[in-house]
Amino acid sequence: MKMNFRQRMPALLQAGLLVASGFLFSMPASADEPYTQNALRNYNTYCVQCHGINRNGKGINSRDMSVQPRDHSDAKGMGDIPNEEIFHVIKDGGLAVNKSVLMPAWGNVMNDDEIKELVAYLRFVCKCGSGQ
Amino acid sequence: MKLSILAILLGTAFVSSPALAADNPGTGILKAQCISCHAIAKPENASLDRLWERKGPDLYYAGSKFNKPWLVKWLQEPARIRPAGELYTRHVKGSDKEDVVDESTLTAHVKLSKADAEAVADVLMALSGPADLVSKGAFKGDKVSMSMGAMFFNKLRGCAACHQAKPGTGGSSGPELYTAGERLQADYIYSYIKNPQAIDPHIWMPTLNLAEPDLQRLTGYILQLSASEGK
Repeated sequence: MKMNFRQRMPALLQAGLLVASGFLFSMPASADEPYTQNALRNYNTYCVQCHGINRNGKGINSRDMSVQPRDHSDAKGMGDIPNEEIFHVIKDGGLAVNKSVLMPAWGNVMNDDEIKELVAYLRFVCKCGSGQ
Repeated sequence: MKLSILAILLGTAFVSSPALAADNPGTGILKAQCISCHAIAKPENASLDRLWERKGPDLYYAGSKFNKPWLVKWLQEPARIRPAGELYTRHVKGSDKEDVVDESTLTAHVKLSKADAEAVADVLMALSGPADLVSKGAFKGDKVSMSMGAMFFNKLRGCAACHQAKPGTGGSSGPELYTAGERLQADYIYSYIKNPQAIDPHIWMPTLNLAEPDLQRLTGYILQLSASEGK
């Protein structure tokens, strides 16, 4: 006789799952929203200040910037950049890819997994494929 | 067992009481008027969610951050320091051009009488925070060439993207810096530039891994800005 999933789980594992459920926000919500809530939160915390509340590169800081922030809603411009380069520029900053110093390195603020989630979120925003 | 784990999960940000001077009238004012927006004890849960929930900067290390004369003055005439408030994302809206500050979402800071401001400043200056928060004596006090400082601040290190070095020019997501030297202790400015996350976890200022000469130069520049622009 087959035991159901809950019955087969040791208590410790159950407890672990309960804790993990607290991190459910880190899993993609649905196929329509193929990004994590954590990525959305990180974007709204760190990226919106320059890239804008509408993700169009028109952030509150952009008015006086000598180099304008990238428009993340631009499918053509974003579609030309591979995932690896987007990851690299978020982690190590604009200078690392011969772009503007005004794009800072976020590698001390977000870990690699969070940056990868952010890359997936950017692909959702630009509606420009997987970048593979 | 599940319930106890749930209790731990839900048990966020229980704060211990800081050592506040019971005999100072400022303690009562602080408890009555300040703690609904500012943490005066180090939060146990310094998560990103908590950063979104807080309504104002943490004050549990105010004594290691502020200059007392500025506190006394500002508490009587509070003027907004962060053009887009805190947390900035909650206070910006799109427009035909760049995003703009949605003034309707920002509230004025509480204003105190001279006596109350002095009492509160006394209590705040006693809140020094964790001993390792600020590197005491880190800023060497060297004079900085303002043109060189401006070049680093504006162009080479990009600080002006988020901060204003003079009123109305520069970014709005970070605090204005033309009064920072009057407002802040030199070693706090140095330590915050060096690692903002260490002082203010998850804050939206990047940690730039700046070299020592950069840290000294930018700290000196910001201090001198205050002398030239903030008066």
